[in-house]
Amino acid sequence: MAGSSGPHDDVPTTGHEWDGITEFNKPLPRWWLWTFYATVIWSIGYWVAMPAWPLIEGHTRGVLGYSQRAIVAEQLADSRAEQAHYLQRIVEAPLEEIRTDPELLSFALAGGRSAFAVNCSQCHGSGAEGSVGYPNLNDDDWLWGGSLEDIAYTIRHGVRNESDEDARFNEMPSYGRDELLEPAQIEAVVRYTMSLSSAGGAAAGEGAAIFAEECAICHGEDGKGIMELGAPNLTDAIWLYGGDYESIRAQVENARGGVMPNWGDRLPPETVKQLAIYVHSLGGGT
Amino acid sequence: MNAAPTQPMTADIGIIDVEPVNAAKHRPLYEKRVRIFPRAVSGRYRTMKWAALATILGLYYILPWLRWDRGSNAPDQAVLIDFPGQRFHFFFIEIWPQEVYYITGLLILAALILFLVSSVAGRIWCGYACPQTVWTDLFMWVERRIEGNRNAQMRLDRTPWTAQKLAKRAAKHGIWLLIAVATGGAWVFYFADAPTLAADLIRFEAPMVSYLFIGLLTGTTYLLAGHAREQVCTFMCPWPRIQGAMLDEHSMLVTYRRERGEPRGAHKRGQSWEGRGDCVDCKTCVAVCPMGIDIRDGNQLECINCALCVDACNDIMDRVGRPQGLIAYDTLAGLETQSAAAWPAWRRLQLLRPRTLLYAMSIVLVGSVMLATLLSRADTDIAVLRDRNPLFVQLSDGSFRNGYTIKLQNKRHEVRRFRLLVEGLPGAVLSAVGGGSDDTQVGPDQLRTLRVYVAAPLAATPGTVTPFEIIAADLATGERYPYATTFRRAE
Repeated sequence: MAGSSGPHDDVPTTGHEWDGITEFNKPLPRWWLWTFYATVIWSIGYWVAMPAWPLIEGHTRGVLGYSQRAIVAEQLADSRAEQAHYLQRIVEAPLEEIRTDPELLSFALAGGRSAFAVNCSQCHGSGAEGSVGYPNLNDDDWLWGGSLEDIAYTIRHGVRNESDEDARFNEMPSYGRDELLEPAQIEAVVRYTMSLSSAGGAAAGEGAAIFAEECAICHGEDGKGIMELGAPNLTDAIWLYGGDYESIRAQVENARGGVMPNWGDRLPPETVKQLAIYVHSLGGGT
Repeated sequence: MNAAPTQPMTADIGIIDVEPVNAAKHRPLYEKRVRIFPRAVSGRYRTMKWAALATILGLYYILPWLRWDRGSNAPDQAVLIDFPGQRFHFFFIEIWPQEVYYITGLLILAALILFLVSSVAGRIWCGYACPQTVWTDLFMWVERRIEGNRNAQMRLDRTPWTAQKLAKRAAKHGIWLLIAVATGGAWVFYFADAPTLAADLIRFEAPMVSYLFIGLLTGTTYLLAGHAREQVCTFMCPWPRIQGAMLDEHSMLVTYRRERGEPRGAHKRGQSWEGRGDCVDCKTCVAVCPMGIDIRDGNQLECINCALCVDACNDIMDRVGRPQGLIAYDTLAGLETQSAAAWPAWRRLQLLRPRTLLYAMSIVLVGSVMLATLLSRADTDIAVLRDRNPLFVQLSDGSFRNGYTIKLQNKRHEVRRFRLLVEGLPGAVLSAVGGGSDDTQVGPDQLRTLRVYVAAPLAATPGTVTPFEIIAADLATGERYPYATTFRRAE
């Protein structure tokens, strides 16, 4: 419009001009200013009423006493109160009943999963997949039994620890270190052990004789293990310390056995039961 | 700047008639709001505006009360935004939270339609359909019923407080508040079963949030339609600023024909029209304007294009015996050519322009995508998420097992039973985690999450990754819902 005579000629401008373009001065209505003052007053009231100013230590609390921490604590307490009913039922109900009640099952699985992440994943892995020397809890091979009661017992009392008299316990002799067998005999029995899980079936010979003499008492004459003794099945695909020749030989020469704490002393009974339900759901059998 | 201190002080210094262009008195930062008392007007556009008002208010108030039968397991309200149930019902359309892209599409569509309408017909939205316009119009109607027309209102405003003024003002604000309460009251019915909520509201048993929103919308309606009015459009709304980008010289606007009207001036009956414009400078166009502006100043940000000034000026032109259309809907291009022969303006309206075509094409595109997805929307859905920790588990017989999380969505309004099957892994066994039955029941209009294991013999898995399908089969109808996933094992 600049240059030509238009209907806006009497509108005051800001006095600025850029290449012939001028800027109208269009003042805001005064209520806009009052709105701004109102927000300023509001903010002052807010400082007084609500937590606002940081101090050297802490902050101003505000006269209304609003605290997000307190609200979270309240909400946590509410959640705990709601959980209490379920936790009570879990304490009282037998494991099998928890497993078959869909409501209790989903509660126990969720609780067990988080308890597992905190207490068990350090050794057994976050996916309970285990590693060498630490059993994989997802598979169907259970050293001490995979029923709900067996798993709960193992969790409660642990394995080979010294703090619980009822802990699961066994010990494999170290045939090499303690010179119970000659190196040639060890090689023979390892070869025989490997043949147990091979397609061709168990080999005969010196190894079989040594196995029957030394190993069968715990691992069984057929090598399928004895769960009551915690002796592993040597005929399947799962090897705690490795299934190749070197690994098996190392175990026969210098036997190892893992230690698991007795969680019954460390965790409340409902947590142990939830853990049992959770671990059983991963790969437990009946 | 060669100041000469030796010059005599008595020199005669004249005063120059000049002042700085940005002198303080020329640039006030804030202005007192000028009150507007729009005069009542009647005519073609006023009638259209009443019709639009009745339609929009009618829709707003009646919509939540319409019923739509969806069977016994779903609400029967035609339009319902069900937050607790996480569903949006719109007649035959039902939307789950994860389908919120339909809402996004609807908003995009609404924006594009607004762009198209603006580029063709200017600020139709502002003048006729915007809630701010509709409710302000309604409030002004109430105001005129009680306080009278423009002049009576101005008189009443100036008179000192008397019992009569108090009564009129109390009646006006009382009715305004009633309308405001009804506005907020209608709003909450969109979010709950309307008859139930209405009964609860009257018995003061409705949820607190209902009363809160009624109060909130009562306050905003009363404030915006009763008091803020044109200030909302001029100072608060972003659309008047944005719409400049939608308009061009072919957009329909309310315009004043300067060439025909000027030079303006008072006209006495019988006086000649030679050598003067048709505008008699009666300022009726300003008096009826709800924004309080003068359309003769040209297209302005404040102008909502409601065309009430067109009605007012046509009436004046009839009375002085000049042709109508001194103020009329026209395009800026039409004003340039000034061909009164090509009247009315819409006859030479140029509809096909790059911008209108682009907007129209976008509308068709978005609309058909939405329609296509809506029509092909599945009422049953299965999603399978494979476990990653651990990727697989070796079992004692050397075979492998994988874990999966399955989500089954049943969007039908009936309970359904599914059986989960495995296809593409011969000999594989599927079992529910934690035991339980093979068959899965999913409630009406619900989602169910399941954990399953699939154990497959080595023979079924030739490589480390074997593709296969998990299928949910409806036990009643036999419909099958497959989901392609993979089975993994160690080398």
